[in-house]
Amino acid sequence: MNVSTSPKFKENVHGALRDESLQRALGRLKSGFQEKRSAAAAKMPEFEALRDQARDIKNHTLENLDHYLLKFEENVKANGGHVHWCADAAEAREVVAKICRDKNAKSVLKGKSMISEEIGLNDFLEKQDLKVVETDLGEYIIQLRHEPPSHIIAPAIHVHKEQVADSFRETHTGRDPNRSLVEPRELLDEAREVMREHFFAADIGITGANFLIAETGTSVIVTNEGNGDLTQTLSRVHIAIASLEKVVPTLEDASSILRVLARSATGQEMSSYTTFSTGPKRDGDLDGPEEYHVILLDNGRSNMLGTEFQDMLRCIRCAACMNHCPVYGAVGGHAYGWVYPGPMGSVLSPSLIGVDEAGHLPNASTFCGKCEEVCPMRIPLPKMMRHWREREFEKHLSPSSFRYGIKTWAFFASKPKLYRAVTGIASKVLGKMSGGKGKIAKLPLAGGWTDMRDLPAPEGKTFKELWAEKQKQQGGSK
Amino acid sequence: MSTSSNTSSRDAILGRIRKSLGRGAGEAAPVSVTERLSSPKANPVVPKRAQLAHPKQVELFEEMAKSVNATVAMVVSDNDIPREVARFLADHNLPARIKTSPDSAVSGLPWSDTALEVSTGIAGPEDAVSVTPSFGGVAETGSLMLRSGAGTPYTLNMLPDTHIVVLKASDIVGTYEEVWARLREKEGHGNMPRTFLWVTGPSRTGDIEQTIQLGAHGPRRLHIVLVDDTKENK
Repeated sequence: MNVSTSPKFKENVHGALRDESLQRALGRLKSGFQEKRSAAAAKMPEFEALRDQARDIKNHTLENLDHYLLKFEENVKANGGHVHWCADAAEAREVVAKICRDKNAKSVLKGKSMISEEIGLNDFLEKQDLKVVETDLGEYIIQLRHEPPSHIIAPAIHVHKEQVADSFRETHTGRDPNRSLVEPRELLDEAREVMREHFFAADIGITGANFLIAETGTSVIVTNEGNGDLTQTLSRVHIAIASLEKVVPTLEDASSILRVLARSATGQEMSSYTTFSTGPKRDGDLDGPEEYHVILLDNGRSNMLGTEFQDMLRCIRCAACMNHCPVYGAVGGHAYGWVYPGPMGSVLSPSLIGVDEAGHLPNASTFCGKCEEVCPMRIPLPKMMRHWREREFEKHLSPSSFRYGIKTWAFFASKPKLYRAVTGIASKVLGKMSGGKGKIAKLPLAGGWTDMRDLPAPEGKTFKELWAEKQKQQGGSK
Repeated sequence: MSTSSNTSSRDAILGRIRKSLGRGAGEAAPVSVTERLSSPKANPVVPKRAQLAHPKQVELFEEMAKSVNATVAMVVSDNDIPREVARFLADHNLPARIKTSPDSAVSGLPWSDTALEVSTGIAGPEDAVSVTPSFGGVAETGSLMLRSGAGTPYTLNMLPDTHIVVLKASDIVGTYEEVWARLREKEGHGNMPRTFLWVTGPSRTGDIEQTIQLGAHGPRRLHIVLVDDTKENK
């Protein structure tokens, strides 16, 4: 599995907040995603009803996951394809590598796949002397920069065009060193040209899957660039990698969910390409892959069923939650330290890599509720982050100072008279400490707050004192 | 590395799912599952936008396709298609050389009426313009429905810089659900082509600083030649 830096979340955050280049890139989230989503939702009067329906379809599917997966497998086989059930990341990597070896493959083309990131596929294949090329423009850029994606649908969102130009000059040797690579168009044209050479030389094409359809044994990819289509069509072998909750019952069910996917993701009514692939090329077909394989990955998901985290398996990876999250918007995706950032990552990562590893992430929330508000599948993300916080507390993973603080507070809070006396004294002391300025610049034991900003000092009386006075003034009117 | 073989992983995964859902192995699928699979139906919420009389659906298709940067030209008969293709290519200073699908719906058109150089087959690196037929169009989002097959190789949809698609007005429907119903009617339930593709505008990307650029890895231009065959049918 991919190594995580999630335990160092706090250090990561400090770095991200000081990274000016990253902050400039994150400034584009509003116009790039938020405004487009809200415009697309406004143009569709049935949008809220479509969200309810999408949630219900997925709930029905999850309640019958075994039946639908078996039907999916049966239909892939009936169409001449292969299904590989993989319990964990290591098994999935090995199955892909074996297919490559069996075909004497030298080069592997990749369409964008988060599951591939989850299982750390590229590094593994490269160690087996395979040439691996990411074909999605964003994925290609971060592959050249040796970075993980920082967003699940816009992997290079943290990169500026000048940095792309630097990577291209370094990698695409043999071209005019004085060529202009200033405009996004020039960068794209060069990437397109370079990628064409790769497309025609590929042995194996690997894509992800947005849906698997039980009724027909079909895998579906939702894309805009067309790279996924070329990847899976020009290669001799098409391998679709998907986690098992991607299955839906029918073509109609996929279509219903597709109506909320692109609108929530990029604000498009529908992506440029929605591609339904079933089996290898048929007798008489002049192009298409000779073999079709589906990697069906569990990697912890079957254990989420039947728990308070089952709802997370409805996620369709649209990224609306991170696009609207104030925390993601402040720190970007890399700070989260593993494959899935933002609110969906804060819920999913502890399930997949453990609360010991990713326990910080559910704390990275202001509980503003925006993620749940925009989630097309109505996943109660804040509620599930709270579940993780409870588990973290139960497992004694929260810092001792925090636990001690909470316990001390609980001691006083359960004794109202004592609580009133102590808070009354404390507010007067703090008020004095501010020297009448209304704020405190430094306070022992509260450095976490006062290092970065002033603490507002209590002024005058406590709430309870004010309340009692007010009641008195009204002369016991009740 | 995991030592479990594929079969034992399959059993283990299914076992965990059943345990989590609280049921035993070999339990038959409930009717709600078997019926959903054997006679698929549209889900209750389908946008009203495209539930219109057919001529209005054709108008909506055109409007939606244009809104995603496709161009649309209407001709009144199949015989006018080659001239429209030649006009489009000349107007945009594009090469007068095309590759068509083997399907006679496009390869059999009177191309000799034009000065275009025409060949037929799969797309290669040298093909700049393709002309393909379509299975249908969906008015709701202006999406073209393209299927792979012996007469319709898939690469023609993706490799050339310019993709020209012939669409009969009578093949335009309101929603995706109607397309699936038509496909099942033609091919039999459960029979999918290797690839069934919805195309909604030309290829695009926003991966560099979120500025939308057309023509990422697929076609830069998508031109739809709409044949108004609905009057002939009557």
